[in-house]
Amino acid sequence: MANMAQAIRMALHYAETNYELKDIFGQDVGAPLGGVFTATQGLKTTWNSTLDERGIIGMAMGIAMAGDRCVAEIQFADYIFNTIDLLKIAGNTLWCTNGQYNLPMTVMTPVGAGIRGSVYHSHSFDAWASRLAGWKVVMPSNPLDAYGLLLSCIKDPNPCLFLKPKALMRVRGEELIPGEPTDEKELKNMIDAPIGDRSKWKAKWPEVSEYLVPFGKGKITRAGDQITVVSYGRHLLLCNEVADQLKTEGYSVEVVDLRSIYPYDWSLIKTSVEKTGRVIFVNEDTEVTNFGEHLAYRVVQELFYHLLARPQVIAGKNVPGIGLHPHLEDASVPQKHDIEKAIREVCAEVP
Amino acid sequence: MMMSIQKKSTHGSDNFSGLAKSILMDMYKYMVKSRVLEERLIKIYRAGESFFWIGGPGEEAWGVPLGMLAKKGQGPKYDYLHLHYRCSPTLVAMGLDMLSSVRLMMNRSTDRSTGGRNFSNHFCIPEWNIAPVTSPLEVQYPIACGTAHVQKRTKGSQAITIVTGGDAGTAEGDFASSLILASRKNQELPMLITVQNNKWGISTHYEGQHGETFIADRAKAFNIKSQVINANDPVESYIAIQESMDYIRKTGKPAFIEAMVSRLYGHSSASGANPIADEIDPVKEFERRLIKADLLSLSDAKNIWEEYEREGIKAAEQARTEPVPQAESIWDHTYADNENADWRKF
Ligand SMILES: Cc1ncc(C[n+]2csc(CCOP(=O)(O)OP(=O)(O)O)c2C)c(N)n1
Repeated sequence: MANMAQAIRMALHYAETNYELKDIFGQDVGAPLGGVFTATQGLKTTWNSTLDERGIIGMAMGIAMAGDRCVAEIQFADYIFNTIDLLKIAGNTLWCTNGQYNLPMTVMTPVGAGIRGSVYHSHSFDAWASRLAGWKVVMPSNPLDAYGLLLSCIKDPNPCLFLKPKALMRVRGEELIPGEPTDEKELKNMIDAPIGDRSKWKAKWPEVSEYLVPFGKGKITRAGDQITVVSYGRHLLLCNEVADQLKTEGYSVEVVDLRSIYPYDWSLIKTSVEKTGRVIFVNEDTEVTNFGEHLAYRVVQELFYHLLARPQVIAGKNVPGIGLHPHLEDASVPQKHDIEKAIREVCAEVP
Repeated sequence: MMMSIQKKSTHGSDNFSGLAKSILMDMYKYMVKSRVLEERLIKIYRAGESFFWIGGPGEEAWGVPLGMLAKKGQGPKYDYLHLHYRCSPTLVAMGLDMLSSVRLMMNRSTDRSTGGRNFSNHFCIPEWNIAPVTSPLEVQYPIACGTAHVQKRTKGSQAITIVTGGDAGTAEGDFASSLILASRKNQELPMLITVQNNKWGISTHYEGQHGETFIADRAKAFNIKSQVINANDPVESYIAIQESMDYIRKTGKPAFIEAMVSRLYGHSSASGANPIADEIDPVKEFERRLIKADLLSLSDAKNIWEEYEREGIKAAEQARTEPVPQAESIWDHTYADNENADWRKF
């Protein structure tokens, strides 16, 4: 089973071969490293950019303006903040030009905590990204979705932001990518660059085929009827674990993997909450003006009379940074016990 | 008799660097047209028919030759132009009609650039590779590197990317980004990087903000062919632009021009848009020179100004009758193919 880094690599290979993807670039994205998380090893069209995030995003916009497809990487989302006005411009170019210049570009960047990355390798970007009108924003929780969402991003005529949960880059999924060899070792030998001299190495790509996860389509990863838990990315897996654990106590938790942050799958949330009457939203971006708050607001507005309890948003603390010591990180971003506590509380609430 | 001999001898001493009369006359007409157009826009602003004016009076002797020399067309086989809000002369020289500019000024839905969504002179003309003009200063510089990157790999064309901007904006990091990206060894980009130096930000003067002798010196540090020109002289501009473009098309490497220009109506309507007396007027200067050289008569000059004046008035009259954007259109073109962007409808 591929891990997420390998899945991303295979998607990029598929797009180079089939979607006329012409540039995959960013800091250390090309040979010899192939990306700090190895997600761009062995590809044909990778190149190393200057160490300049604004240069990377600006260049991507220009490439897209000239009609070519590109994937630009910002090495860590922690360093995307100095590009935010360029991201705004990329998102408003089609609108400002009254429909004349669309920018078919994908930006990918690793996000979130979970690897003891301290202050500047732990930032989230989903709440910020949800305010970038004109962008499509996705965040996978498993390798197959990473493959399918990245292909959707590259194929789309709009700017797309692919948020990679960095703590999941080595995590394997439960489903094979179409065409992926079943033997993990075989895959590794084919597409992981060797340690040491790589100058002669070439990837041997498996015959992967097209698999698209459409924008705005979530997925129920645990079925239940007592409470809805909506999440994405790394925290989706934590929510699944908590749901499984609580099941032994008789709780019936429905977990929704949103997958797309914008556009988002409202009908899936709606159907689930109409059934359960209880909902929590879980993500690790900071809590004030969090994307989960928007969803909670909408639940209150549209589903108020279905609710049996107040919705909750479980998110990162509104602190300036995530400290290195595990005590600090664990107190700053939601942990399993926080999710569990919230589920128990919301389920216990009597209208 | 004396007079005409004098005139002839002056003509003889000013050979306009050998430029053909037809080029000189085209330059003159486009320069006058740009000026009349911008003055029309200011009148529209003063009449309360627009919210804001910003534009290019004073940059005609730079912008017109640039527009005349650009390889006009759509796609990477033609030149891309990443312009800023003072580039009406370039577009006029490329064939822009006054009505297009006036519609943008009066935020009509018929405005071909933005459909009434953006300020005056924020042009976007994909058919001529005119990238959208943005309000945030300097972002056009790294974006331009992207179109140049695509042109570099486009076979069978010597097309280039042209980028313009003001002097104060060069303090932004994006300016440095473009010099670095354009000049990487063996990966140089076919770009004409330019700065129009009018010595002003909005109200902040050039002196006091710059340690470098010339902005053009910064390009030299990256081994980019670079020069400073008196861009109040359209002949000097034409020759410099032509020579730089030839070099870029031939070598695939970037070139840089710092163009010294005037700012004739201040920064924008926010600072009054009043005529500034102590700056060189490049249109009047060139006109005087053409008359002195016997290439233009006073009456022809008068007719040319009047003809454009009529076109401007007509354009404003026409735009006034045209529809404006409607409230329900705000969601249009958030995404390609007008895919729904309103979360209320997800
Ligand atoms: C990034 C950014 N900062 C500030 C402004 C506001 N602003 C608009 S024009 C201007 C002065 C620009 O001066 P210069 O670059 O010399 O160009 P000029 O207008 O003189 O042609 C300023 C500060 C802006 N538009 N964008």
